[in-house]
Amino acid sequence: MKILVAVKRVIDYNVQIRVKEDGTGVVTDNVKMSTNPPDDNAIEEAVKIKEAGKATEVVAVSVGEEKAQETVRKALAVGADRGILVKADGVIEPLAVSKILQKVVEKEKPDLVFMGKQAIDDDCNQTGQMLAALLNWPQATFASKIEVKDKSLEVTREIDEGLETIEVNVPAIVTCDLRLNEPRYASLPNIMKAKKKPIEQITASDLGVDTKPRIEQIKVEEPPKRKAGIKVASVEELVQKLKNEAKVI
Amino acid sequence: MSVLLIAEHNNKEFKPFTLNAISAASQINEDVHVLILGSNSDSVAKSISEVPNVKKVIHVNNSLYENYLAENYTSAVIKIAGNYSHIVCSANTFGKNLMPRIAALLDISQVSDITKVISEDTFLRPIYAGNAFATVKSTDKIKCVTIRPTSFDPAPTSGGSAEITNGEPGDASEVSKFLKKEEIKSDRPELGTARVVVSGGRGMQSGENFKLITAVADKLNAAIGASRAAVDAGYITNDHQVGQTGKVVVPDLYIAVGISGAIQHLAGMKESKVIVAINKDGEAPIFSIADYGLEADLFEALPKFLEELNKLNTIQK
Repeated sequence: MKILVAVKRVIDYNVQIRVKEDGTGVVTDNVKMSTNPPDDNAIEEAVKIKEAGKATEVVAVSVGEEKAQETVRKALAVGADRGILVKADGVIEPLAVSKILQKVVEKEKPDLVFMGKQAIDDDCNQTGQMLAALLNWPQATFASKIEVKDKSLEVTREIDEGLETIEVNVPAIVTCDLRLNEPRYASLPNIMKAKKKPIEQITASDLGVDTKPRIEQIKVEEPPKRKAGIKVASVEELVQKLKNEAKVI
Repeated sequence: MSVLLIAEHNNKEFKPFTLNAISAASQINEDVHVLILGSNSDSVAKSISEVPNVKKVIHVNNSLYENYLAENYTSAVIKIAGNYSHIVCSANTFGKNLMPRIAALLDISQVSDITKVISEDTFLRPIYAGNAFATVKSTDKIKCVTIRPTSFDPAPTSGGSAEITNGEPGDASEVSKFLKKEEIKSDRPELGTARVVVSGGRGMQSGENFKLITAVADKLNAAIGASRAAVDAGYITNDHQVGQTGKVVVPDLYIAVGISGAIQHLAGMKESKVIVAINKDGEAPIFSIADYGLEADLFEALPKFLEELNKLNTIQK
């Protein structure tokens, strides 16, 4: 079984987001970038399945600018066998990403495609489901447990009411929740080894995918600022304020 | 032009967030049609038809929809999508799972998780977990939109009498199968929708100490949250995590205890109506967004807080 894992390069989750003064987006220059956190869970799961002898190859793919190569390289350092970078500049909407991944899947013919449930930059939560639709494959979103069966997967999903378990036939798309596993850190020897692993580079236009955005971003603003609060001197005063001033208890 | 809203329900009653989605839908256009894909779900169709904002109910009653599978739902929606200018549903795990599958088959770029309707094609949505807000305009012929339920008031539940029509089922998926659902049976409200959330951070020092949080949460009928630091330290499981990589919460009252206020945590709770911070470090960033800050040792303040709450005659539930 072959697993393709899609990874995205995003602003690191510990960075304070700053909106550009001209309202065209957020500041990304000289900002620390990392792998989208749930994509780390997706890579980890694929590598674990391979280590358990149930998969033969793990291929990491990213769509984005040249620098997204670092994100692919990081996936290689934690156990992916080889990488693919589909170069595309500017805003690439999830619909376009899923069309690009569809082409990659048609070429690579994986049995499973894993990715994070959501990217922490645009917060869209679309790509996995869209790719499943385009391929006419089943989807198991927000996975917190994956059991590999003979020709299917049993997937436990995190839903608002609790947990849901579904069975999807292979080939399938799985989007991963943070609860799925604990991503490992790359060891130094593995980081060195990853430098020798191949990363194939192609472009979105090589694949014949039109990446022109369909959604016009009119402006990006700072969220409304909270007005400064007060410090209370004692627990009694706090309870008093909550009861009589804020009226929330 | 009309708006098609896909209802979330359990075949007996609709889920409360459906009402919030209906009210957002009617801000887009008044001609709101609600699609109910269910099995023995007449009671759902009837109660939706009584919502005054709803102009028409399309009820597909078929055993195929005994349980929710995105594959089965999508096929039914696609059959009627061409009659609508907008297809909408809640941006919760139901709608997040479903809408992109519909949008991709219609070749539409979806607008996710809107918090405001600006016009029929322009919406406001948070990005970077609410650290920025984007105003976006969809240029597609049909707009596929998911709605953040907590940003819209629920529609009224009575006074309407929309026509109920029977709709056609879609194709059955042969590649996916529902097996089981385990609903978390808890007396405690769910973190994502609770009116009050009490959260602990690294300052709690141990998992054992979270019982101080639990006691206050019990008293206030609150959900229990945690910072990523507390989760990483193993004090509590990560389904309690509030923040950019956890849950985004907007309760009426958020009490942050022993939480310094890392950016990633603030992203998940700063839209709360009233924020209380209890921390012994007076310089902790959490105080800069708290409405009420108490600079104190939490191990003294929490028992005292509970004691004071116990003195109150009534506590809002």
